[in-house]
Amino acid sequence: MNPIRLTTPLTFEAVASLKCGDRVLITGTIYTARDAAHMKMIQELEKGGEIPFPLDGSVIYYAGPTPTRPGNISGAFGPTTSGRMDKMTVPLLEKGLKGMIGKGLRSQEVIDSIIKNRAVYFAAIGGAGALIGQSVKMISVVAYEELGAEAIRKIVVEEFPAIVAIDSTGKCIYDRE
Amino acid sequence: MREIDVQIIKNEVKELFIEMNYEISPDIKSAVTCAIACETSLLAREVLGDLLKNAELATEYRIPMCQDTGMAVVFLEVGQDVSFTGGFIGDAINQGVREAYEEGYMRKSVVSNPLIRVNTKDNTPAIIHYELVPGDQVKLICTAKGFGSENMSRIKMLNPSEGTSGVVDFVVETVHLAGSNPCPPMVIGVGIGGTMEKAAIMAKKALTRDVGQNSDDQVSAELEKLILDKINGLNIGPQGFGGRTTAFAVNINMFPTHIAGLPVAVNINCHASRHREVTL
Ligand code: SF4
Repeated sequence: MNPIRLTTPLTFEAVASLKCGDRVLITGTIYTARDAAHMKMIQELEKGGEIPFPLDGSVIYYAGPTPTRPGNISGAFGPTTSGRMDKMTVPLLEKGLKGMIGKGLRSQEVIDSIIKNRAVYFAAIGGAGALIGQSVKMISVVAYEELGAEAIRKIVVEEFPAIVAIDSTGKCIYDRE
Repeated sequence: MREIDVQIIKNEVKELFIEMNYEISPDIKSAVTCAIACETSLLAREVLGDLLKNAELATEYRIPMCQDTGMAVVFLEVGQDVSFTGGFIGDAINQGVREAYEEGYMRKSVVSNPLIRVNTKDNTPAIIHYELVPGDQVKLICTAKGFGSENMSRIKMLNPSEGTSGVVDFVVETVHLAGSNPCPPMVIGVGIGGTMEKAAIMAKKALTRDVGQNSDDQVSAELEKLILDKINGLNIGPQGFGGRTTAFAVNINMFPTHIAGLPVAVNINCHASRHREVTL
C-alpha cells in the first residue's frame, strides 16, 4: 500500500480519513517536546499562560535530537517513548493539538481524549534516528533553550515517515485482541 | 607488574563509544537480516528493512544510529598484575566518554542529581564496574545504554520454590509489560542468583554478549532458548506492530545464591544494542 501524504497543520478531514496501520509521509512544520518541555508547558497553562507555539491543528513530536554535525541539516532524530508524556497530554489535546508522533502505547485517558478531540497518534520507528533525520529540512529552537536536547524545536519536515498507531476512532496498532 | 598508561584506556573508551553509535554491531546486523527472512508480516519486514537502511545512512552521513546515544556503562576487568600510571583510571574513563560524546556529536543525556535534574552537558559520569581478575591484561567492555529500554527493566526476589518456571514467567512477563516501549526487537539480559545488586549487574553484563552466542553453561543455554521461544510467541514484533521477532536473544548469567533466595534481574536492551570490547 502506498503511504498517505499529509501536510501540517492537520485538518479535521485529514485526521478523520486516517486509519490505524496506515503508513504516512508528513510534510510541513512540527514541534518537538519531550519530558521537561511538557512539564514547563503544563505549568504555563496552569498559570494561565500561553504555549510557545500555535497549538491549533499542530503536531508534537516527542523527540530530542543529537547535535547536528557541521555540513548536515540534522542529527539523529528518532522518537522517544510517548507514554511518559501521557499525564501531560490531555490538556494540550483540549487546546487544539491534533497530532502526536512518538513510539509505544498510550494510556486509556489519552486514547479517550484522542477520540473526543478527533486527533491522531503516529508511531515513528524507534531507533531509526539517522533515517528519520533525513526528512528534516530545517531546525530552530523556539522555546526553553536552556533544556538543551529537550528544548522545544520547530522543525520543517519533508515526507517524514510514520504509521498511524491510534486513529481518531481510538483503534490502536498495539492491541492484539 | 605490567604498567598501563590510563591515556591508552581513555583513547580506547573514546573510540569504542563513537564506533558503537555510528556502526551497527555485526551480530545485530545479521540478526536483523535473519529476521527479515523469517517474518511473515509485511509491516514487520518493512520496519526491519528500515533498521538496516538506518544503519547504512548512519555510516554514510556520519549520524548516530539513534538520537538516544545512551548512558555510558563500562565493565573493566583488571588483571591483578596491572598497575595503572598517569592518573586515576576512573577519571580517564570519564574523559574518554566526554571526548566521545563531544567530538562524536552525540546527545548528552545525563543529569547530575536525579531529582534536581540538571544536565551535566558532557554525558558523564559513566557507570563503571571494576572487577579484579588474575593475570596482567585489561579487558574493557563498553555499552551505550538507551533508556527507552532501560526503563522497562525489572528485578524480583523470587521464592526458591518458584524455581525455573518462576524465573521463566517473570522474564516473559517483563517483556510483555515492556511491549512496544523498548524499541523491539530487543535483547534480554537476565541475571539469576547472587544478591540483589549482583543479579542486576549480571543482567547488564549479559547484554554485552553477542546475539547468537549462547551461554557456556548448559543449564543457562537451554533456559535461554526456552525463554526466547516464549518471548517470540508474544506477537509484540518489531516496534510492537506484531510479528515473530520480539527479541533477538536472551542472554543469561548465573551465580550461586543463598538458601533462602532466588533473585532475578531482567535488563532490557533495544535493537540498537551497542556494545564493544577490547583486551589490552
Ligand atoms: S530504546 Fe534504544 S533504539 Fe529505542 S530510542 Fe532508546 S536507544 Fe534508541
